[in-house]
Amino acid sequence: MPKVKVPRKSTSIDMTAMCDVAFLLLSFFILTTKFKPAEALAVVTPKSVSTTVAEQKDVVLITLDKDGKVYFSVSDDNTAEKAEIIDAVAQARGIALTDAEKNAFKRSASFVGVPFSQLKSYLQLSPDQLKNFNSPGIPVTDTLNNELQVWMRAAAGAYQGSKMNLLVKGDNGAKYPSFKGVIDAFKKNEIFKFQMITDPEGVPAGSELYRIRNSAPAAPEGQ
Amino acid sequence: MAEMDTSGGGGHKKGPGVKKAKKLSTRVDLTPMVDLGFLLITFFIFTTTMSQPTAMKLFLPKDTEKPEEQNKLKESGALTVLLGGNNTVFFYEGMLSPDGANFKSSNYKEIRNEIMNKKRSTDPKDFMVVIKPSPESTYKNTVDLLDEMTINDVKRYAMVDISDPELQLVKASEGGAGK
Repeated sequence: MPKVKVPRKSTSIDMTAMCDVAFLLLSFFILTTKFKPAEALAVVTPKSVSTTVAEQKDVVLITLDKDGKVYFSVSDDNTAEKAEIIDAVAQARGIALTDAEKNAFKRSASFVGVPFSQLKSYLQLSPDQLKNFNSPGIPVTDTLNNELQVWMRAAAGAYQGSKMNLLVKGDNGAKYPSFKGVIDAFKKNEIFKFQMITDPEGVPAGSELYRIRNSAPAAPEGQ
Repeated sequence: MAEMDTSGGGGHKKGPGVKKAKKLSTRVDLTPMVDLGFLLITFFIFTTTMSQPTAMKLFLPKDTEKPEEQNKLKESGALTVLLGGNNTVFFYEGMLSPDGANFKSSNYKEIRNEIMNKKRSTDPKDFMVVIKPSPESTYKNTVDLLDEMTINDVKRYAMVDISDPELQLVKASEGGAGK
């Protein structure tokens, strides 16, 4: 009986298609990726069911670290506002700042976490020195000397007529008194609206909100 | 698709003196390229931050000194939630009785049921939750409670400073309540 000849097939596969897919995915990930900006402060934010995405532009950010220290910063693209804020603050507290010191505040990713008594020396530090600098935080817990109030007044003045997104980014471990100090500083300046940065979290099944969101997908968001 | 047609062309150079050029295959082994591609994909998948931080809006009430401008609150419709240290929660309905008899302890899981019970049993017009964080409570506790307001669709709620008798009670019960 003649044997059935099985044609020997080559084991090498055409990789072109696979290569195409791989690079398509690669380009997708390269384009969508957003590197986490190196943060000088490690803050672990609490979770909430809120779905509104935090604003990125025109932001005035108040950071509360885990020890309850308060820091003040302004987003980088608002250099004009930054200049106005530092001028207003220096004027309000009678601190004579040189242009170099003011520029230090205008530098990108700068944040302030010192009392006014140390502001001048803090702004003289070089970026390298800043890395090792242990900020004491802006004093807020003392109701008579809530220094954030001055900062907020300057910020409100600088953003007059334009939209200011006031964000509070607090660490899980921050104690309530410093948060209250921050709120008080807002209230004193007639700022009653702000947002807190949180991590997204699923709505617990069976809760009221769960029912609302599932019955009417286009329902307005809760505050 | 990626193969080029190498057979055509060069037809005009025919003659005895012309050497036939050796045909080279244009097929390239793409395996290393695929390897590299997937390696980079893995890198970008791991470094990418998919979840954007969200923001929670909070509107503060204006502090008014005049009593006639302040919001009136029906005693029966109020639920006061007190936040203690070490993630403890306490609550009472209506007014705090002088002996503290209606002062109860709870935790962050069960407080939702308490809020829902109160919400069901009261007139929506009068229902209000008062949040009183003690100095020992953390920012997370406060945000959790505010989030709870959203979850339970509580329309009226307020953050109020804790009063002395309440603080005493919270401090006294914190030890025994555990978590």
